[in-house]
Amino acid sequence: MAELERHEYDVVVIGAGGAGLRAVIEAREQGLRVAVVCKSLFGKAHTVMAEGGCAASMRNANSKDSWQIHFGDTMRGGKFLNNWRMAELHAREAPDRVWELETYGALFDRTKDGRISQRNFGGHTYPRLAHVGDRTGLEIIRTMQQKIVSLQQEDFAETGDYEARIKVFHECTITELVKDGDRIAGAFGYWRESGRFVLFEAPAVVLATGGIGKSFKVSSNSWEYTGDGHALALRAGATLINMEFIQFHPTGMVWPPSVKGILVTEGVRGDGGVLKNSEGKRFMFDYIPSVFKGQYAETEEEADQWLKDNDSARRTPDLLPRDEVARAINSEVKAGRGTPHGGVYLDIASRIPTEEIKKRLPSMYHQFMELAEVDITKDEMEVGPTCHYVMGGIEVDPDTGAARTPGLFAAGECSGGMHGSNRLGGNSLSDLLVFGRRAGLGAAQYVKALPGRPTVSDSALATAAREALEPFDEHVGAENPYTLHTELQQAMNDLVGIIRTKEEIEQALGKLDDLKRRMHNITVEGHRQFNPGWHLAIDMRNMLLVSECVAKAALARTESRGGHTRDDYPEMNADWRNILLVCSAGGGDPIVPDVTVTPEQQVPMPAELLGCFELSELEKYYTDAELAAHPERS
Amino acid sequence: MSNSYQANMRVWRGDDTGGGLDDFKVEVNDGEVVLDIIHRIQATQAPDLAVRWNCKAGKCGSCSAEVNGRPRLMCMTRMSTFDPAETVTITPLRAFPIIRDLVTDVSFNYEKARQIPSFAPPKDLKPGEYRMQQEDVERSQEFRKCIECFLCQNTCHVVRDHEENKQAFAGPRFLMRVAELDMHPLDTLDRKDMAQDEFGLGYCNITKCCTEVCPEHIKITDNALIPMKERVADRKYDPIVWLGNKLFRR
Repeated sequence: MAELERHEYDVVVIGAGGAGLRAVIEAREQGLRVAVVCKSLFGKAHTVMAEGGCAASMRNANSKDSWQIHFGDTMRGGKFLNNWRMAELHAREAPDRVWELETYGALFDRTKDGRISQRNFGGHTYPRLAHVGDRTGLEIIRTMQQKIVSLQQEDFAETGDYEARIKVFHECTITELVKDGDRIAGAFGYWRESGRFVLFEAPAVVLATGGIGKSFKVSSNSWEYTGDGHALALRAGATLINMEFIQFHPTGMVWPPSVKGILVTEGVRGDGGVLKNSEGKRFMFDYIPSVFKGQYAETEEEADQWLKDNDSARRTPDLLPRDEVARAINSEVKAGRGTPHGGVYLDIASRIPTEEIKKRLPSMYHQFMELAEVDITKDEMEVGPTCHYVMGGIEVDPDTGAARTPGLFAAGECSGGMHGSNRLGGNSLSDLLVFGRRAGLGAAQYVKALPGRPTVSDSALATAAREALEPFDEHVGAENPYTLHTELQQAMNDLVGIIRTKEEIEQALGKLDDLKRRMHNITVEGHRQFNPGWHLAIDMRNMLLVSECVAKAALARTESRGGHTRDDYPEMNADWRNILLVCSAGGGDPIVPDVTVTPEQQVPMPAELLGCFELSELEKYYTDAELAAHPERS
Repeated sequence: MSNSYQANMRVWRGDDTGGGLDDFKVEVNDGEVVLDIIHRIQATQAPDLAVRWNCKAGKCGSCSAEVNGRPRLMCMTRMSTFDPAETVTITPLRAFPIIRDLVTDVSFNYEKARQIPSFAPPKDLKPGEYRMQQEDVERSQEFRKCIECFLCQNTCHVVRDHEENKQAFAGPRFLMRVAELDMHPLDTLDRKDMAQDEFGLGYCNITKCCTEVCPEHIKITDNALIPMKERVADRKYDPIVWLGNKLFRR
């Protein structure tokens, strides 16, 4: 591969969403040379889709808030399966990360006294989400994009080269991580524009590739969400955890069919919107699960009072954690109380004045007007669950973001643990900032401590190149990548979706085997220059590998918790609470290796953090044996 | 509910060496947008048809193209806005060099973005101490709604058919960025001279084409460019400023 384009960096960040950009900023501030590689144009990553806000206990809207309460809400939302250390770091550091964005130029909505305004959201005790109308993700990604430009301007002033320390390689796909022995040595990929191969030689790689939603038919995710980081990590010998937990956001658009799945922000409910069934009933009062009994309003009057004043009433069940609301909507539709297009109604029109709706929810107004011809200031929206987020991801060290493979780091949606079995709204943007920074720092420290640079072997490159080009070979029984993708999405949606059973998951695994076999016959037309058929053929491999992890972990977990609901095991089981299902890959097909799922115990939460909860609440989740050492018991 | 029909689509295909319009007959279903139809062409007739897209919800600004000659986001252009008998023509953005099919080289925009001096807060202000009133941030917030689809850059007649102006003119998106920073309550730089001298604000003769094509309905001309021109004019033609400049060479 004499003519191969090569670049040498200290750290390569794969993915240019919130987590990736924050990692880039941090590694650069540590004095390292950083490349950021992303599939789309710079600034288009999926973070732009985040609407409602970024959770941080800044105490601007209610001074009773604290990191401990944010921590508690996060653990509760995740049904206590979260990695407690990640949840702790997240809650402690989120305010600093948000304030930092203001120094980069972010303009959040303000309180009357000029501080950052914070809004209510599902599962958060106090108004906690820093926001900009309903386009918070766009503000955050643009702010960090502009911060990177500002760092490049500093580098230009110093060296005469904007790209002396940070270079963006956009519209470039990484197909394989390259190792030297067991350590990371670089990343191999192709330019989407030309189809030419490119190698990044670097001792550290930060994965920040986001989620896996494009494996599901109804999804709020963009085409980029094909589980690339998850799959790259597996093939590089790292592990995934919590892959059975998929968040179906309760409110996606359901009509017209072509926009089915597009997100309707939880901010609609945070600002007073309510869910109703076809009988006009606010049904969420019937769906408060036993673990949350006593924490939520039980009448419409109390719920409405809470919206006016958080301190004088309990919160509305319209703002239960997302998994609860999604299941409730599913049940209402199944019981025949759905809307004409198979959803439920979300009403903001009758709740707040027209001008307020347009001001607080401008993109929702715009989205419904232009895509569904519905005026949300006059009519109710029709909404239903949509695949939105994967709680599962690369298993990392909470403090440094290090995966099991030396030199490999991960942050954001493609990492796992922080959110347990269900993520609270608003905790994703803060997750990106907190752990993006930590992964950038972790990678920088790793690189600085290395005695020597790893090297990339020619044979590894030859293999990576050959595998990437396989879809251009002639195959007997040629398959179309678009057809295979559609079949995968249908299978995952129908068989490993919001409600699962053993039989259906086994059926899905059969289908995945079939697709894996057929994948090798994918044949693409045309040449390598900007060829979307080829791009999809390569993304399909990652989707298949990750889908197998989801299905196998879902089959193994014989209980229901958060984003994993088994119709045949409908109860939450305390014996499962501390168990992680760890996915690793090896053997079998070299491109989509076999997945093995191994149960492992998590490190128990230390006493001072247990103290954030009432014993009576812990008793709903923990086994008696686990609580034996609790101060209130001993 | 389903009113399927066969649409006549005409899509530009080719690369930097040339190309032309290809005709396709494609199924269209209820509620579909132009991008759905392009995807159906990819899936069933031309798997290597190159197109940029991402969120398919009007939030990322990737799928910019010209639909019947008008700059549009393909994901926000409903097929129901056309007569079923009409031929719908999709061509790439005209102001940028072609890469392939509907994909153009938009690097001009990233280069301009990098030339604009970044936000410069007061040096002594610590994180967490920023205080701004809502009415003061709203002006810049409107411009920060920009999704960088570059439709305004594509339609602006200063550069649309005048490649030679690209050097001296940053285009509506980036003049708006200068205005956004100038109106940021805590920015400390004076950006008036640079708007005029370095980014070519004077080239703009406020025909509002940019505002017309903006999918975020940002009033680029009225709220960003005209106020910026007024600030520049105050500076340039204020006799006291003029005298001060002469005397003290600021």
